[in-house]
This record gives sequence, C-alpha cells and structure tokens, in this order.
Amino acid sequence: MQKTSVQELKFIELERKIKRENWRRMWFRFKKSKLSILGLSMILVLLFMAVFADYVAPYPSHAGLHIAFKNAYKPPSLEYILGTDMYGRDVFSRIIFGFRYAFMMIGLVLSLVAPTGVILGLLAGYYRGTVIEAIIVRLSDIFISLPPLVLALSIASILEPNIFNAMMAVSLMWWPWYVKLTYSMTVSLRNEPFILAAESQGASTLHILFKELLPIQLGTILTKVTLDAGWIILIGAAISFVGLGAQPPTPELGTMVSEYSKYLPEYWWMSLGPAAGIILIILAFNLLGDGVRDVFAGE
Amino acid sequence: MQDDVILNVLNLKKYFNTTEGVVRAVDGVSFNVEYGETLALVGESGSGKTTTGHVIMGFYPPDDGKIIYKGIYDLSSPMKKRTLELKRDIQIVFQDPGTSLNPKRMVKDIITLPLLVHRTIEKKRIYEKVAELLEYVGLSEEFMFKYPHELGGGEKQLVAIARALAPQPSFIILDESTSALDVSSQAKVLNTLVKIQKELRLTYLLITHDLGVVRNISQRVMIMYLGKIYEEAPTEEFFKSPMHPYTQMLLSSIPTLSEDDEKIKPKEIESVGEIPSAVKPPTGCRFHTRCPFAKPVCSQQDPPDIIANSGHIVRCWLYE
Repeated sequence: MQKTSVQELKFIELERKIKRENWRRMWFRFKKSKLSILGLSMILVLLFMAVFADYVAPYPSHAGLHIAFKNAYKPPSLEYILGTDMYGRDVFSRIIFGFRYAFMMIGLVLSLVAPTGVILGLLAGYYRGTVIEAIIVRLSDIFISLPPLVLALSIASILEPNIFNAMMAVSLMWWPWYVKLTYSMTVSLRNEPFILAAESQGASTLHILFKELLPIQLGTILTKVTLDAGWIILIGAAISFVGLGAQPPTPELGTMVSEYSKYLPEYWWMSLGPAAGIILIILAFNLLGDGVRDVFAGE
Repeated sequence: MQDDVILNVLNLKKYFNTTEGVVRAVDGVSFNVEYGETLALVGESGSGKTTTGHVIMGFYPPDDGKIIYKGIYDLSSPMKKRTLELKRDIQIVFQDPGTSLNPKRMVKDIITLPLLVHRTIEKKRIYEKVAELLEYVGLSEEFMFKYPHELGGGEKQLVAIARALAPQPSFIILDESTSALDVSSQAKVLNTLVKIQKELRLTYLLITHDLGVVRNISQRVMIMYLGKIYEEAPTEEFFKSPMHPYTQMLLSSIPTLSEDDEKIKPKEIESVGEIPSAVKPPTGCRFHTRCPFAKPVCSQQDPPDIIANSGHIVRCWLYE
C-alpha cells in the first residue's frame, strides 16, 4: 500500500480552503440584499416556532380539540394576543401549530416532487428523440393538465379528505413542472461541446447527468424550490379552505381561515390571524427565493 | 495497408437531413494520416472539415465509407459503441474553450475525469498528476482549483489540451483549436501543441481555416471545398506551388508582411464569391462557379486525381 504523499495532502487541504472561500463568496452575494436576509430570518424564526410549538405556544393544549366556552369570542388582549375562537381556544397558539403543518406540507411535497421531476427531466432531455423522452414528456403533460383542486377533489372522494391525501394530490400535479424545467435546460445543454468532450472520454451516463448537467441547473432548480414553497402553502390552504384538506380540529392555517370565516365580520380577529400567518410564510419564502436567485445569478 | 498509417479514411460520406433538403456536408472524402505527423484539413466554413473530424470522433455515424484506425479498429461505429480503449486513444480539442469546459466544474475535476475513467493513475496521486499535466502544458498548479470563468481564453484552451493529454492518447483532433483565441494566446497554444507532439510522439489532425497556423505546425495539407478534397500536398510545396485554382485563391487572400511572402503569393487570381450551399452543390468540380479558369468540362464531370509530384495530388481539369 502506497501512502498518500505530503504533496497530495497539501493539495487536498488547499482544495478545502478554496471551497470554503467559495461558500463565503456565495454567502456574501446572498447577504448583499437586505430583503433576502429578512426572508431567511423570518423562515428561521417560523421554523423554530413550528418545531418547538409545544414550548413556544402560550396554550399548547388549544391546538386540537379543546373547549372552554367561558373564554370564547375574546378579542385580542395581553392574555390572548390574537384573541380566542368560538370554543375559547387561543388563536395565536393554534397559528404556531399551523406553521408546523405548513412546513410539513412543504417538506413532504418538495421532497417528493423535486427529486422525481429533476431526475425524469434530466433523463428525458438526455435521451432526446427516444421512447424514454416520449413517455416522460407525455406523462408529465397529462398530469400538468389536471387542475390541482379537481385532483384533490377526486382523491378526497376516493380516500378520506385529510392533509396527507391533499398533499399527495398537490404532488401529483407538481412534479411535471420540475420535469419541464430540467428537460428544457438539459435539451439545450445536451449537445454542448463539454458534454461531447466528457462522453468522448468515456464518462458514464450517471456522470453526465449528475456531474455535468445537474450542477449547471442547480441554481435555477433551487430558486424554483424556494419560490414553490410559498405556492405549496397557498394551494394547501386553498384545498383545506374548500374542505378537502385538513379537517377541524387540525390547526392547519387554511382550515382555520375556512372555519373562522363564518364568524366574520364581528369576530374578525379569528380569521385575520391565520390569514396573516399564510401571508407571512409565503412572503418569507419569496424573499428567500430572490436571494437564492442572486447567489447563482452572480456566478 | 502501410504500417505507417494511423488513420485511414476511405470514401467517407456524411449527409444531414434539413428542412431545405439534404446537406452533403462530407461527400466522398479519402485520406491517410501517418504516425507522428500533423495533417492539416483546411477549408472555409461550410466546407465540411469539422464534420469530418466529428465523424472520426463518432459524434455522428458516417452515411458511407470506412474509417480504419491503427489498421484494425473500425471507427464508423458511433461513440457510444466504441471500446474504452478507443475513447482513451483518440482525443479532441474543440474550437471554443468557452463551451468545451463545463462552467461549473473546477479545472481539477475536468482533468481528473479521464484519469479516473481510464484508471490512468491511482486515486491517491490524482492531485499530483493534475498538477503535472497542468505544468506540462505551461500552467502553474494554482490553476487546479479555478473555475473556467476565472481563466483567460488561452488558459482555457491549455486546460482543454491537458484534459486531452490526460488519458495518454496517440491521436488528437485539433478542431479549430486556436481560431477562437487572440493572437498572443494562439502563439502560446501552438507552441505547446508542437512541444507535446514532439515529446509524446502524437499524431494531429489539424482542422482549420487559418493558413498561418497550417504553415507553422503541419507537415501535410489537404484543401476541402464543399465536402470534397481538391488538393493534397506537403506543406512546403503547398505554399510554394499551389495547383488548384481554389488553393491559389485562398493563398492570394492571405495578408502578407514581408516582401518574400508577397513574392510567392499567387498573383493571377483573386478571391471572388462565397461558398455555395451544400444542399445543391454545383455539378462536376464544385469550385467551377467561382473558378476564373473554368472550362466546359468542369461543370459536367468530377475532376480526376492528378499526381503532380510525390505526395502532391490535385483534382482539377486544368492539369489533365
């Protein structure tokens, strides 16, 4: 066994240093914009609240089924900062738990659709002109043409309407967008000389897909992922609002808006809180998305 | 076949179907490349010279003809069907180093790929090998951790050359490898190419439209026009006594600095017109539409091969 030489170790150390430097540069580009810093901090705060909801929320037991009629319909006060609902539950506590559901929806949908869509898009673009391309592209066209609410409706009528099934419906119509994105980029990169060079030197298809084609698209994909996070909240809330998603007493933001809207306009604070929560989280992801785009556009 | 021939191309044809019709990019081209030489394939844009190179690389399969490498390997198979050994032995350096290097990969990763694919070196010595290759083409080891956008045009092309050298090939296609560079980097790249050819006994197929480059580094020249080769000669003879009117026209269009150069320049011919479309190439000799000496026979029949001197072949009715 030959030992790694001193020279070699020196190079490995140097590479680490330069890679750290490159990360620092990306962070520098990101933080140049105050708004993206704001978006990032908002998301970190919201995420912290969501994860530690049991400790952050003033009344954690109010998240689900909890009835205390003597506290019902109370307007915002120091005790209940966003007021209470018709069962006497603290709206603010419920919103904090609502963030937990919001992040769960984002995590579930994005972890399903982004990798699936990206891999299929890369394959379709790389195997342009073959059956593989035809199947993937046609299949995504079919799913893209289904409106998410209609799909959610049919899924809810077959299975039971709950938040998980609603997210499955959203995922089913969402992955084709990632196919479209990576497919079109891959097609335009496919015959670039650097791909031909790698192929002519004997690089494997896996190498071409994930080491040559994917890194160039990563910036665009990550930007879409961040911006999509906001959209997923919106669609999830919409599906819940029409009653096909999370069911009461689940403290999902859309469900809450729907439940409390019946008490408008007298008890405005009930629906105002969760609605503001939805806006806040979407805004945060949009600001972050702009920052992510700047990081990659600057290269 | 002779032992000194590394690449033997026989009646190679490559047509492309387009909406305007069939483009006869390469239409019956034959030539031999000898071990250790630099053979220049010269032509205007649209002459099919790059297509010829790409077909040899296997980027697309030929429509007809044979390409025999080292006497035994058949190169008419597409790249994907070639053995790893062939992919190691034949390399290409592209025209524009801006597009032939992946913008998101470090120089080190770009050069490492062929080393790993062909197991040229054990993994523990990768960095040292990359540094050695970079140094060999005249770049310092700091270039290892740079991205292509941090390099100048000439430096990028040197990286591309280092990548081509990494798997220890014996044959390199230089596809307009210096035409996208400014003159000062051109000189550096050309000197490097000449140096490594001598030291590693490489064979080059130099595809170019730059006659200055041809004169400096090649031993033999072929002139291609609209998918056919019209003249083939040793470099010195090619510049001293060009025979085909097209060759004379090309040489007359080179700007000269010294009087000596001016003296050997063909005078009686002037560059006129543009290369016709390869969809409907002229009949007979394809150059007859621009040729000041064209005879009736030129537009009717393909010109015969005329051997003027040893190694000097011209396809022209004028010398019949």
